[in-house]
Amino acid sequence: MEPVIQFENVVKNLGGRNVLDGLSLTVNRGETFVIMGPSGTGKSVTLRHAIGLMQADSGRVVVDGHDLSTISPKDLGALRRSMGYLFQEGALINWLNVGDNVALPLRENNVEDLSEQEIRERVEERLELVRLPGTMDKMPSEISGGMKKRVGLARALVTNPEIVLYDEPNAGLDPEISMSTNLLIREVADSMGITSIIVTHLLSCVRVVADRVAMLEAGRVVVEGTKEEFLNSKNERLLSFLGTDPD
Amino acid sequence: MRPLSEFANFARSIGYQVDLALQVAARLPHLWKRRSWISEQLFLSGVKVLHVVLLVGFFMGMIVSLQTGIELSRIGQQDQIGTIVGISMAREMGPFITGIILAATVGSALAAELGTMAVSDELAALEVLSVDRTSFLVLPRLVALTIICPLLTVLADTVGILGGGFVAQAQLNVGFELFFDSAIEALQTPGKVVPLPKDVYAGLFKSTVFGTLVSVISCSAGLRARGGALGVGNATRQAVRDSIIAIIIANYFMTWIFYQA
Repeated sequence: MEPVIQFENVVKNLGGRNVLDGLSLTVNRGETFVIMGPSGTGKSVTLRHAIGLMQADSGRVVVDGHDLSTISPKDLGALRRSMGYLFQEGALINWLNVGDNVALPLRENNVEDLSEQEIRERVEERLELVRLPGTMDKMPSEISGGMKKRVGLARALVTNPEIVLYDEPNAGLDPEISMSTNLLIREVADSMGITSIIVTHLLSCVRVVADRVAMLEAGRVVVEGTKEEFLNSKNERLLSFLGTDPD
Repeated sequence: MRPLSEFANFARSIGYQVDLALQVAARLPHLWKRRSWISEQLFLSGVKVLHVVLLVGFFMGMIVSLQTGIELSRIGQQDQIGTIVGISMAREMGPFITGIILAATVGSALAAELGTMAVSDELAALEVLSVDRTSFLVLPRLVALTIICPLLTVLADTVGILGGGFVAQAQLNVGFELFFDSAIEALQTPGKVVPLPKDVYAGLFKSTVFGTLVSVISCSAGLRARGGALGVGNATRQAVRDSIIAIIIANYFMTWIFYQA
């Protein structure tokens, strides 16, 4: 197993509180890693560190061999182009239509030197992959929250990333759409061979998408293992947390 | 300690604005790539506030004409109204009211728009997608406002002089023709350095600077917004307040440089 993302004793203080307090974890190439835990335990902050949106106060975050505390802006840009990030609400640019949102990273960076026609075809492919064909001309304000997340996923996948980070992909979705989102994430990971980190607090997401799982509490990993080990764990804190899961 | 921290915040925001202006300057070669968004912003910041500029400019000319006309009538010099209204509109009132209108309408909208993007993770998304947000968001807005402000000033000057002429004719018994002849003659005085009508180019230069100031201040307030709807509200308020202060201060120094230095 080749490690792709490594957190080594990472500490991050926000507002006088250590949101990450000595976090260490490793994600291997090609695996789907789920981070679970109660609200406010640093799950989303962990994800933001993995793509350089936040810098650790101490410790190291290493992504694909690059230490993010010392990486140059140019190298960080290149690294980010090999990664995708799905924000909680999709974070679509509200004055661009769906097609332009998905095409944005291709048009702005165009490292593959694609023609406008090829960009359009790629965008249509990705929208079909996330089950949103024919929505290119719709504005973000005209589509539902679940659709926005899928457009956000299409945008994250349009550059053929090697790593995709998902921040609460199920938040605010009804159970049916939440399950279809889980299946979609699993399908994308399998079909494109992507390394994925998914932040969630839903056990249903773990059951469908995870290869390995970690539970965070107070900015540290309290339980980590394969999906089976995690689901069969007798850890009291984990059982207490899962006991509150509505699934 | 509060005044000190307020001053530190103020100094930080000035530093951020200067840095943003320099970043935009470094991205001027991207102008052609951003041409469609520049034209869209020209429409949003120009056509959509045109009626406000025309209305305010017209009445401002009427006010200047009436106020000065009443006083000039007392000393029998009402024939000079055209000169005073023409010079007042071109030098000060036209650029100033256009700058203030743009700060209150377009500047506040810019800060709210970019502020909403900041608090809803859209700016973070641009960063993650390796999209240069200065080139993508700020450059088109700054260029559009810098172009549109002097264009709207020309219109404000024109309708202001027109409004002044109506008041002169209707309320001060000064003929329309005399009013306009004296206004046009006054505006033709060339500058010592540049052989063009000084009051016109000085006013247009001022309004170009006002357009740049409003866009830089408003964009920087929006980009730095934090903390949800409250943060967007604060950014909008800060954008309008700081733009108006900057317009007034810059106006004084430009007037001093053009007319006294």
